[in-house]
Amino acid sequence: MKDIVYVALGGICGALLRYALSTVIPQIDGFPLPTLLINLSGCLFLGLFFTLALDPKRISSAVRIGIGTGLTGAFTTFSTFSVETIWLLENDRIAAALLYAGASLVGGIALSILGVWLGGIWRERSGSKGGQVL
Amino acid sequence: MSPNVVLLVAAGGMIGAPARYLLGKWALSVFGTRFPWGTWIINLSGSLLLGVLTGLRHEMPEWVYPLLGTGFAGAYTTFSTFGYETVTLLHQNRRTAAVIYAASSALLGLTAAAVGMTLAG
Repeated sequence: MKDIVYVALGGICGALLRYALSTVIPQIDGFPLPTLLINLSGCLFLGLFFTLALDPKRISSAVRIGIGTGLTGAFTTFSTFSVETIWLLENDRIAAALLYAGASLVGGIALSILGVWLGGIWRERSGSKGGQVL
Repeated sequence: MSPNVVLLVAAGGMIGAPARYLLGKWALSVFGTRFPWGTWIINLSGSLLLGVLTGLRHEMPEWVYPLLGTGFAGAYTTFSTFGYETVTLLHQNRRTAAVIYAASSALLGLTAAAVGMTLAG
């Protein structure tokens, strides 16, 4: 039950952060740059964060669920990615649609890999000193 | 950023993220850990929902889209977990599963959004 509260609090923060950034980052000629940057940065962060959270002594389960599943999960969005790609296709912006979908998918997976890798290095380096609980 | 819209997005996020968490837990208990069915179902159903909401956006009261679209559907679906799960499959040396997961999420997610927009529009 407590987990649901952590996820809900993270969900509020993640959705608000996404909304705020979407009003600040400009759409360049209709290209959905805000969602692209949100999804790419979220992939990098979650890869790093979930890898660090593999050690429960470093990151408690409450923090992992609240910040990882709740906040980062709600910050990034798959539905907006889908709708925006279809919108570009419907408006005959085929190149922009391919660029957007390709950058989101390839970039998202690549940054997830990078995040997991960086998290692994971080764990190794700090492991010898004993991880601190966040 | 009007204050009302901020409250609507927050309320949608407050419901959307736990909905994803609970559906994910349920999928894990039913399907196990071999394939990320939970996020797969969530991202496809959320894309369909946002497609419908986008198609109906100008026929609905103004408060509906920030609450159910930006807030709920945005927080219910997730790109970061999708990325992390794809990498997890790759790390397990399950390349075919990783490619099937990523490609089917993308292609069916786009199809679901298009179907939703067509149904609504």
